[in-house]
Amino acid sequence: MSEYAAEGKTPEVLFWVGCAGSYDARAQKVTVAFTKILNEADVKFAILGKEEACTGDPARRAGNEFVFQMSALQNIEVLNMYNVKKIVTTCPHCFNIIKNEYPELGGTYEVVHHTEFLQGLINDGRIKLKGGGEFAGKKITYHDSCYIGRANGIYDAPRSVLAGLDADLTEMQRAGSKGLCCGAGGAQMFKEDEPGDTSINVERAGEAIGTGAKVVVANCPFCITMLSDGMKAHNKEEDVMVYDLAEMVVNNM
Amino acid sequence: MIQIIAFAVLTIATFAIAAPKYLKIRRNILLGQDEETVVDKGLAIRNTILIALGQKKMFKRFIPAIFHLFIYVAFLFTQIELIEIFIDGFFGQHRFFSQALGGFYTVIISTIEILSLLAFVGTLVFLSRRNLIKVPRFHKPEMEGWPKLDGNIILYLELVLLIGITCMNGADQVLQGMGAEHYTDTGNFAVTSWLGPALFGGLSEGTLIGIERFGWWLHILTVFAFINYLPISKHLHIFLAFPNVYYARQTAAGKMVNMPEVEKEVRSMMDPDAAFDESAMEEELPIFGSSDVQQLSWKNIMDAYSCTECGRCTSVCPANQTGKKLSPRKILMDIRDRATEIGEKLDSGDKQYIAEDKRESGEDLSAINFNDGKNLFDYITREEIHACTTCNACVEACPILINPLDPILRLRRYEILTESAGPSDWTPMFTSVENSGSVWAISDDRDKWRDELLAKED
Ligand code: SF4
Ligand code: SF4
Repeated sequence: MSEYAAEGKTPEVLFWVGCAGSYDARAQKVTVAFTKILNEADVKFAILGKEEACTGDPARRAGNEFVFQMSALQNIEVLNMYNVKKIVTTCPHCFNIIKNEYPELGGTYEVVHHTEFLQGLINDGRIKLKGGGEFAGKKITYHDSCYIGRANGIYDAPRSVLAGLDADLTEMQRAGSKGLCCGAGGAQMFKEDEPGDTSINVERAGEAIGTGAKVVVANCPFCITMLSDGMKAHNKEEDVMVYDLAEMVVNNM
Repeated sequence: MIQIIAFAVLTIATFAIAAPKYLKIRRNILLGQDEETVVDKGLAIRNTILIALGQKKMFKRFIPAIFHLFIYVAFLFTQIELIEIFIDGFFGQHRFFSQALGGFYTVIISTIEILSLLAFVGTLVFLSRRNLIKVPRFHKPEMEGWPKLDGNIILYLELVLLIGITCMNGADQVLQGMGAEHYTDTGNFAVTSWLGPALFGGLSEGTLIGIERFGWWLHILTVFAFINYLPISKHLHIFLAFPNVYYARQTAAGKMVNMPEVEKEVRSMMDPDAAFDESAMEEELPIFGSSDVQQLSWKNIMDAYSCTECGRCTSVCPANQTGKKLSPRKILMDIRDRATEIGEKLDSGDKQYIAEDKRESGEDLSAINFNDGKNLFDYITREEIHACTTCNACVEACPILINPLDPILRLRRYEILTESAGPSDWTPMFTSVENSGSVWAISDDRDKWRDELLAKED
């Protein structure tokens, strides 16, 4: 972003990478896939790079408002300094918090999650999906993340993108607004589970396996980690792959 | 004449006893903090019509929704009959509306009868569902004891009410056929025109009048009992569901309520020019988040009193489904029980509930100086609130727009901010977000992935 600013130019959109997208080895692949799509579609985008900090979502949901406010106010300062108008992100938690919680702290932007952004690129003809690609006819299933789904009511965009792959989308029993959580939200990602019968991610992975799908599509770096771990618990990590929507798209355009 | 006096006395007594109970609930709800929840009044009204009156969200589960609808619509329509009972009772009339409405009266009462028949089926289904089929959501630990009895009592009361209506209308229909005095012709009612003669045919006029009066009194006495029973029952939702839906928060479900007091503090910390505010230092340490009902929003408490204990939230909660202790329904029930406890203690006026440091001043007990040494954490364990994934499934599932997630987050805020407690696993994450701007303490550059990407492409 600083490079754009130095040249006095404005990018079409700012890509908010997020902590997972920046540091988590699995999520980095999604970041790379999404940047490839953006380049392919000729989208002029920028990242904040070192100037980006955690949005503060896990801290806030754990109850630590102080840490959240510090992070959020800093980010807003940077975003406003660059006069950012539009943000796209591959993380539903970043999406939700910037879209819904930053405005009352003075940070108002047009925020899109990459599922919707991808749908937009396809609808505008900026990228074209090869029907009959590697997933054609294959059974896949889609896992709604809580923060895209129930928290923000986005259920159709990712499914419409998937429809372009000609795959056989088989829904899990708990799908859409009834979708079962992966178990990571609310800062659960950063602590051990409370005692119970099983872990939420193992339960959810089992449900995905039950559809007979060979591919589970998700839209959130934390869901991907959780579901992949869940697959391991079922000894299915070789048989059922967990992909982000962007990865589904990048190999088939 | 005796009947009129008895009726008047009972009516006045019922409302005199019931009114304070309802006022207490209002007072308990207002123990909470102010919060403006409605931004768009039009939306609030639409929601009230569709979701409260129209039961829209109930229909996510079709079968219980249908039977609930029977009971609910029968309840709504019976109000017409109830108004008539009041007029008849006070003025010694008999079926006052029948003279005024003529043939339309037959239609109304027939509708009520058909609905009552459906409600009868619904009640039997619900009783068996609670007690024979054992639907899991009615048999969680928080449902043991009173909540279970409460669920059944109301269904039994419903049956008593239906017996009353049947006796009243059935005997009336037979009496009309006999041309008994006072029993003016109302036309044939849909159900009791055949059920009446089948049950009471051949009885003497005196007996029939007795049955008719018995039915009439049973009906109204059940209603009187009901009015006094509601304030201690989950069935308060038949009233509270409406304001509760109206006042539901209208922001995206994913949005957490801001804490302006923390925002202000952080802003002044970040702003090097801000004058150091000495006065703020001298004040006693503020309470952040909620440990008790008084620090919740009033809407959280109204949610709690509106809760139908249906358990739809708990049955979709990922934590509960995987055997964790957390049950969103229990959170609501606990808030309600604690609010009721505080209310009762306030009503006792007992000075032992005044906070110790304020006892000397000689003030009376009030919501402001109240401290009984207990709080919500005596009801809700830490284990429960820690297990929440903030997935919003409970919020989505509730048929009357209750939000169980919001109070959970408020309790977490108290634990972390005011007590500096909470799961120790979280501490490294907090430190890392605070110091290195990332959830993990990684010393790499945040855009290192890009260098790798570029390197690969070269
Ligand atoms: S938000 Fe929390 S309490 Fe509600 S369903 Fe999800 S995990 Fe359960
Ligand atoms: S909060 Fe709503 S869904 Fe949960 S038990 Fe109460 S009424 Fe039912």
